[in-house]
Amino acid sequence: MTFSAEKTNMIEFRDVHKYYGDYHALRGINATIKAGEFFSLLGPSGCGKTTLLRTIAGFEDISSGAVLIDGKDMANVPANIRPTNMVFQSYAIFPHLTVEENVGFGLRKDPRSKDEKARAVAEALEMVGLKGYGKRAAHALSGGQRQRVALARALILKPKVLLLDEPLSALDKKMREQMQVELIKLQRQVGITFILVTHDQEEALVMSDRIAVMFEGQIAQLADPETLYRRPASKKVADFIGTMNFLPAQVISDSGATVEIDAAGFGRMSLSPDQVMRGDSEGGPTIGLRPETLTILFDGQTASDREVFGTVEEVVYYGDMTYYDVSLPGAPEPMRLSMRNVPGRPVLDRGAQARLGWSPGAVVLFR
Amino acid sequence: MNRGSSSGRFRNTEAANGLMMVSPTAIYAVLLLAAPLIAVVLYSLMVDSKVGLSAGLTFDNYIKVWTGRIDQALMLRSLTVSAMVTLVTVALAYPVAYFVSFHVRPERKSMWIFLITIPFWTSYLIRVFLWKVILGYNGVINSGLMNLGIIDEPLTVINYSLGSMIMTLAHAYAAFAILPIFVSLEKIDRSFLEAGQDLGESKLMTFFRVTLPLSMPGVIAAVLIVFIPTIGDYVTPELIGGGKLPMIANRIEAIMLKQNDKALGSAIAMTAMLIVAAVAVVFLLLNRRFLKGQSK
Repeated sequence: MTFSAEKTNMIEFRDVHKYYGDYHALRGINATIKAGEFFSLLGPSGCGKTTLLRTIAGFEDISSGAVLIDGKDMANVPANIRPTNMVFQSYAIFPHLTVEENVGFGLRKDPRSKDEKARAVAEALEMVGLKGYGKRAAHALSGGQRQRVALARALILKPKVLLLDEPLSALDKKMREQMQVELIKLQRQVGITFILVTHDQEEALVMSDRIAVMFEGQIAQLADPETLYRRPASKKVADFIGTMNFLPAQVISDSGATVEIDAAGFGRMSLSPDQVMRGDSEGGPTIGLRPETLTILFDGQTASDREVFGTVEEVVYYGDMTYYDVSLPGAPEPMRLSMRNVPGRPVLDRGAQARLGWSPGAVVLFR
Repeated sequence: MNRGSSSGRFRNTEAANGLMMVSPTAIYAVLLLAAPLIAVVLYSLMVDSKVGLSAGLTFDNYIKVWTGRIDQALMLRSLTVSAMVTLVTVALAYPVAYFVSFHVRPERKSMWIFLITIPFWTSYLIRVFLWKVILGYNGVINSGLMNLGIIDEPLTVINYSLGSMIMTLAHAYAAFAILPIFVSLEKIDRSFLEAGQDLGESKLMTFFRVTLPLSMPGVIAAVLIVFIPTIGDYVTPELIGGGKLPMIANRIEAIMLKQNDKALGSAIAMTAMLIVAAVAVVFLLLNRRFLKGQSK
């Protein structure tokens, strides 16, 4: 990634606000999306992620601020001449046209000859794995096939940005996972900036280079998947992305370089500045620990770092994983932790005593 | 319980239930539609003389109708008038339906549809009379223009003309054209229109490439609903045309009642019906083409 610094900004939001009557749907969005990036807008329904996507496509006017695509302000630029194409949530495959007529829909003004256009359509269909489907009626396609047609129809126009509005939400789990991988491959192959809207945190983590987590019309955090998961900026983000255990803590000293805390159940520890998330002080200082950063130590194992003792309250067996709720003395709520079921590792019963290994490096502090 | 189980089973099948439910209507339809139709077909094959109908089973009546200059001319006029009426009605109804479907807030749509049907609360005959009052020799327009001094004597173009007949009929069938078009426009997923624009087409081109083709089933329904009754319209040529521009229905009336030639009248009626049927079949085939892609 040596040239990543040279990547140009493809999309720029400058203090974008959107009102629907009295409803403030977008509340000051500032963000940039780089060229060639797989970017996701992630959030619960009603957070404004689809509205934000539609401001890029030109289907939604903004109340104030600016949206720039490739450095150009898109104010008063209608949807049909923006360098973006969209895969709609419903796919919007025209029912009165065949597959190839759908894919070639946007080529009417293309100066190429009829044969060349037909070849382009065939290539686009081949790219999405629908070779030979051109003559089929659109209504005879399955959900997954419709989505591929929608992709081919958008990509054939070689947009600067491809917008995907919850494209996988209508598919079943298997199909969805398969399409996730295919979309990532496709994005690498064509090199176009992809912007995905999703409410599925797993999908966002799997597919994206960077993710903007949105709540109530604002971006709560914009980061790469790992940072988002390991260093969530607020308890809300932490809770939305995966599972996190929260425990109250007391701040003993905060020198800026290190922060000394005393957390319920875990005792004293010192944290480096990147582990401290400031600005989320609601409910007092709180530490967060992901379930997989806690390990049950079986006989003979020693902790890499620190150890605590607790009682197993609940066991949930998932086949490949076992989830435990373990109560720690001094902690108000049991800790959720997950263990991979590797051969030879026993599954503990309820009421068993457990020795937990953990590391202060995995802790985040919200204050 | 076991005895007669086969008939019991039949009574319980869905098909039997369906037949039971439609049977009153079916009997009604057979008695009032099929029976008279068969009678007309039989009449048209007979010979009507001063003595009465005689069972001849001959095609003479049809030959007379198909070769008769008057019948040909009136049939042609009927076709022209109803084609014009259909064209005018559907062309005017489409923008209204489009406006209500696309530009009226969803909670107001049913009120708009309700308002559109208001003129149809009065009878067809009264509405035709009102057009006569408006367009007539001493009608609202003529006397108004004369009082304003714009014209010296009543305009005759606006009464007793094909134009005024078309205007009257187009108004009479407006709601019947608006409703099916409205329904077909309502069914169009709005994301299709966004997709059209997203793929580079202007709003106007999106209308021609997406909205219009997707609303064709409604347009074709409107065409049939307007075309079929207007071709046999009797009242408007009589009142608005002043009897000077008779259509095929007036001809049938004259032959059947004034000349008392039931056989010839029936042959004209059958001919008109066959022509309407042929036109309807063409449109139904067109409709099938457009409906093909819209099972979902």
